[in-house]
Amino acid sequence: MHRTISRAATVVAGAAAAALVLSACGGGSTEGADLDPDADLTQQSLTVSNWAGYYPEDLAAQFQAAVGTPMTITNHATNEEIMAKLTAGGDSGVDVAFVSGQFAQALNEAGLVEPINPEFVPNLKNLYPEAQELAYDPGNKFSVPYAWGTTGICYRSDVVDEPTSWNAILEPSDENKGKVTALATERWLMLPAQKALGLSANTTDEGEMEQVKEKLIAAKPGLLAYDDTTFYSRLVSGEANMVVAWDGWCNYGTAENPDIKFVVPEEGSDLWADTMVVLKTSENKEAAHAFINFILDPANHAWVAENILYKVPNAPAMEAVAGLAADYPNMGLTPADLLKQESLVDLGEAGPMYTEIATEVTSS
Amino acid sequence: MTSPDGRTSGRGASRRRALSARAVFAGPGLLYATLFMTLPLLLILVYSFFTRGRFGGVVWEFTLDNYGRAFEPVYVKVFGTSIAIAAATTVLALLLGYPTAYAITRLSPRWRTVALILVVLPFWTNFLIRTYAWIILLNSEGPVNTALVDLGIIGAPLGLLYTPGAVIVGLLYAYLPLVVLPVYASLERVDRQLVEAASNLGASRTRAFFDVTLPLTLPGAMIGAIFVFVPSLGNFVVPELLGGGKTVMVGNLIRDQFLEARDWPFGSVIALFVVALLVVLFALQAYISRRINGRQVSRA
Repeated sequence: MHRTISRAATVVAGAAAAALVLSACGGGSTEGADLDPDADLTQQSLTVSNWAGYYPEDLAAQFQAAVGTPMTITNHATNEEIMAKLTAGGDSGVDVAFVSGQFAQALNEAGLVEPINPEFVPNLKNLYPEAQELAYDPGNKFSVPYAWGTTGICYRSDVVDEPTSWNAILEPSDENKGKVTALATERWLMLPAQKALGLSANTTDEGEMEQVKEKLIAAKPGLLAYDDTTFYSRLVSGEANMVVAWDGWCNYGTAENPDIKFVVPEEGSDLWADTMVVLKTSENKEAAHAFINFILDPANHAWVAENILYKVPNAPAMEAVAGLAADYPNMGLTPADLLKQESLVDLGEAGPMYTEIATEVTSS
Repeated sequence: MTSPDGRTSGRGASRRRALSARAVFAGPGLLYATLFMTLPLLLILVYSFFTRGRFGGVVWEFTLDNYGRAFEPVYVKVFGTSIAIAAATTVLALLLGYPTAYAITRLSPRWRTVALILVVLPFWTNFLIRTYAWIILLNSEGPVNTALVDLGIIGAPLGLLYTPGAVIVGLLYAYLPLVVLPVYASLERVDRQLVEAASNLGASRTRAFFDVTLPLTLPGAMIGAIFVFVPSLGNFVVPELLGGGKTVMVGNLIRDQFLEARDWPFGSVIALFVVALLVVLFALQAYISRRINGRQVSRA
């Protein structure tokens, strides 16, 4: 969900594509296709859409060498961009897509994704048991988690004391006024206020969201900016003291300055997951399952933790990179720690309400 | 021409030839514009009357609600902010760009070419990179603030970034060349003899400029103004980066409707309002140009 550095540039293309394509969200059956265990994978071909920079550059070559299926990887910058492509109707040409959990849920409700057949993904055994209890898809019926984590406050421990509450951002002390940033993407824009008010991060209650709105409008004057992409470098430069941050991204700041630390406020936070789904329109479902199985191989999955500094829900892979926690403490958050947080689910019909509130807050 | 009814059919044939030649030259461009401008425009017009699909796209249930929603205070305010910011950018671009263009016309032909290349030089670098450069320059720990503090001019770093002012600075920087070029082109076309005539008749240089040069270049300046106003109004990168996401413009609104809210019909309505605003602006430009030209003719 978070490789959005080129978001601003690519949304233009996304919007144009979205506007151009007549959409028809066909409902599909929830029955899985019969997979052929004897399928010749060398005769299939695979197109995977992932966030840019979220996988090894030679992944396609590695996969072809291991399994024999030729593979193409296309990049998307945001969930919204790939959703526009996948829901536009017809065959998107994508076999496997990487999307965040709540978007996988929406795709499933639209009947666009194929159930995962565990017999074709023996490496599912590597997943932590906790990784099968995620609220957007309990039991991983149609999605397999790729990376997971939480959201918290990333701060300069040499400048400020460890913040314990989201109010450190929402009601900053005088010396921190104008030295804090919040995330701009709707769900995470709302999260600090929702949690500070003791509400669910998935609430669709209008009265509750009204309170969230009031709190966020009151918080705006104290913010330096809404920032989804450069918040950690603002900590490095000293422009900011505390920023709302995804755990993995805070590590990029820590890599440059060990005084940059991450904390999950006491009020709790979200549990986000990025997942892999197989599209119903895929004509290469056996190869698609083989690809997911390939990723779940601990050696391959550990790459994400080592290079992106995101936690992966793969027990042997995390054991292999346990040393990372020495430099990046949030890499040591356990599955049990993560499960204490609230898993984000799709908002359904309440989506536009969130957008409207986000507009009211940021334009206030 | 050798046919019995010589002249008339010959003229008809040559007119047809001219027409088909024009079609050959204009056809590809027109076809391209029609396909890739009219069709998407029609599409958003159609979308605007239907209902949001939960996963993006539209559900084919007719409704006028999308139009009603556009008049809610929050959206009216965003429109107001956008128009104010785009207008401020346009006025500043004219105030800076017109004298620049005027000065360029006074240069020797060789330096004129150099100056014009310099004007478009920024376009050689990616727009996002140039915008990020402003962030690096203006942030509280950046060179501008650091230099001012070190020189003792200010006590503490100024909050230069993440304000509507920063958005205007960014937009002005991005679109200033778009006013310089058309103004330069119209200044080039002004007959110097008219200005000389005015001087000969006793007008001061200032008076000659305001009575002769300025009115003649007004259509060019208005084209430049529209070139700046239109993309400023629709820009969503600058408000996000230099405005720190704290200033919402109509471009951000449309982007968010399509990609975050997955509310294509409402996004279409806002896009149509922007198109309508632009049509009005172009009509105004055409009307004023015609009046200016008409006045010249009647004076002649």
